Amino acid sequence: MSDQQSPWFMPAIFVGGLVFGLGLAISGMARPEVVLDFLQFDDFGLLFVMGGAAVVTGLAFFVATTVLDRAPLTGTAYARRVKEFDRNVVVGGVIFGVGWGLSGICPGAAYASVGIGNLPILWAIAGMFLGAYAQGYVRSRLANTAN
Amino acid sequence: MDAFTPLLASGLEGLFPRGILPYLVGGVLVGLGATIIYLSTGIIAGASTFLESTLSYVSGVERFNRYKYVQSRDWRVVFTLGIIAGAALWGFVLAPDPSAWTTDVQWWRLLGGGVLVGIGTRLGKGCTSGHGVCGVGSLSETSLVNVATFMAFAIGTAQLVAALGVSP
Repeated sequence: MSDQQSPWFMPAIFVGGLVFGLGLAISGMARPEVVLDFLQFDDFGLLFVMGGAAVVTGLAFFVATTVLDRAPLTGTAYARRVKEFDRNVVVGGVIFGVGWGLSGICPGAAYASVGIGNLPILWAIAGMFLGAYAQGYVRSRLANTAN
Repeated sequence: MDAFTPLLASGLEGLFPRGILPYLVGGVLVGLGATIIYLSTGIIAGASTFLESTLSYVSGVERFNRYKYVQSRDWRVVFTLGIIAGAALWGFVLAPDPSAWTTDVQWWRLLGGGVLVGIGTRLGKGCTSGHGVCGVGSLSETSLVNVATFMAFAIGTAQLVAALGVSP
């Protein structure tokens, strides 16, 4: 994370988001039905979405961390995405998995779904904000009690 | 080659009724979008942090007002608007049949699933893009465990919902 220094910072973020959203729409991930088809083993295409995306970003991480130095627009040093492991990683994964299996929708795909004109997806987005708020509220309260 | 086409098709059609190309092209573009942001800014973009960082605009709850959220909330809004715009570009302009598309999944499933997705992705430090794409691309053990966990439970839940006769 770093401060934006360049006038190109926001445009780069937007273009990245644009290509990201284009991919979610073309692949069908913006349609809950397509995701549910995968989870119910009727269509295994989603393996190519996550696989294809992970291979591309994996290449970028590898090249950037071994050959390149710093990001041109921010001066941030390139790093891999490595988050600390704790129990929450598993508990969160379980809760997210049940929600994904029930609705066929995950955050990025939900935003993309708005773009393809799918208004009912606003139910899912409202739910995500509610869930994110609830866990933030509870965790902040717990942190305060602990102190 | 022509002789093999029916053979290939019969085997793959069961697994990939919509073909493979749109999935592969879409996946590569998702990765490319994350790569554009990463190479230009060094930022590893995830889609679910937006939920918490955006709440900091309207909520005083401590967790949402952590430095890294408040500091990144503006570009996360731009990232999300970009995702919406990119999907609209496909759905309304480039798609073979440009038009709005509406899901048949029931509102209560979207809402209830959404709540669980909101809790689970934030508790588990990421979602399909952060852990699934960037984390797996980083060969992060934390992300691989998270992805294996949410995949297993998503498959189990979706199969159960289908078995109970709820459709789509």
